[in-house]
Amino acid sequence: MRHASAPERSTWHPEPHVSDRTDLLLALADDELILGWRNSEWTGIAPFLEEDVAFSSIAQNEIGHARALYELAAAELGTTADELAFDRKPEEYRSAPLVELRRLEWARTIARHWLYETADEIRLAALMASDDSEIAGLAAKIDREEAYHRMHAEMWIDRLLATEEGSSRLNEAIDELWPYALGVLDAELRPELKARVGERLGRALPDVEAVPRGIHEAELAELWEEMTMVRRSAPPGSQW
Amino acid sequence: MIYEVFRQERKGQAFQHAGSVEAPDEHFAEIYAREQYARRQESVALWLVPRAAVSEIDEFPDEFEMKYRRVDGYSIKARLHEARERAGTLHMAPGAARE
Repeated sequence: MRHASAPERSTWHPEPHVSDRTDLLLALADDELILGWRNSEWTGIAPFLEEDVAFSSIAQNEIGHARALYELAAAELGTTADELAFDRKPEEYRSAPLVELRRLEWARTIARHWLYETADEIRLAALMASDDSEIAGLAAKIDREEAYHRMHAEMWIDRLLATEEGSSRLNEAIDELWPYALGVLDAELRPELKARVGERLGRALPDVEAVPRGIHEAELAELWEEMTMVRRSAPPGSQW
Repeated sequence: MIYEVFRQERKGQAFQHAGSVEAPDEHFAEIYAREQYARRQESVALWLVPRAAVSEIDEFPDEFEMKYRRVDGYSIKARLHEARERAGTLHMAPGAARE
């Protein structure tokens, strides 16, 4: 083989029992990576040009957050952000099923975007209060960028709630995604999400079982195939 | 609504027209302008102006072809220098060394 001199691809595999800290970092990073990937599926085909650029830019920000989170986890595990992002098997991801869903329909995309940003704000606030200064610092940094994602999401919610058609399509999408949205957060943070979403929509959300982290939607495997295709196509150890 | 966007590249510089965004209201326009003209840190500030607020002037009659009002081919630099010398204001010229 012509690439015989290239170093072997790392044989690192995630331990089934990593520390709680690493587990948390990977869950956060995987959420941001997979959602960033999903949102980027609108690039070139969003409803109009300005939204196309804005939504793609938001998707890139999410992937930037994922990289920073993977780097923290990688330092602890002795690996790299790229290996964590691309060299694990789909079942090893810790992402919440909410971000894995493929729903290429604008009302659902906006509903998911808003539900995720709302849940993420609650989660980031908890992390900013963490005793772990690295995690608290990174959460604060991410939150400063997420503020603009929230502005974008909130504007869309205002807009959709302003008309009958928008409101009914949004609420329909929220109902479908609600059990998934709950699954983004640990059980103790879910009541706050329920209160915030209920207040914004002016209705009580149903008491349902959350679709929790740890199980994966079938769409994740497809996404993983696509996401890791280029990396898998090159000889191990290739530099990009 | 169409908003004209002006961007400032560095603090203190003049704002220059960057382009326009179409948005349903000012809030969307702000987000879209931010993402289109500042996401790569290429601007330190943006101005957004509804297109309707821009007054355009596009008629400049020149019935008598008063070419002498133009400075084409007229080296103003040397003449200005001489004029400043005569007036004793050379030290006040832009870029002149101050004591």
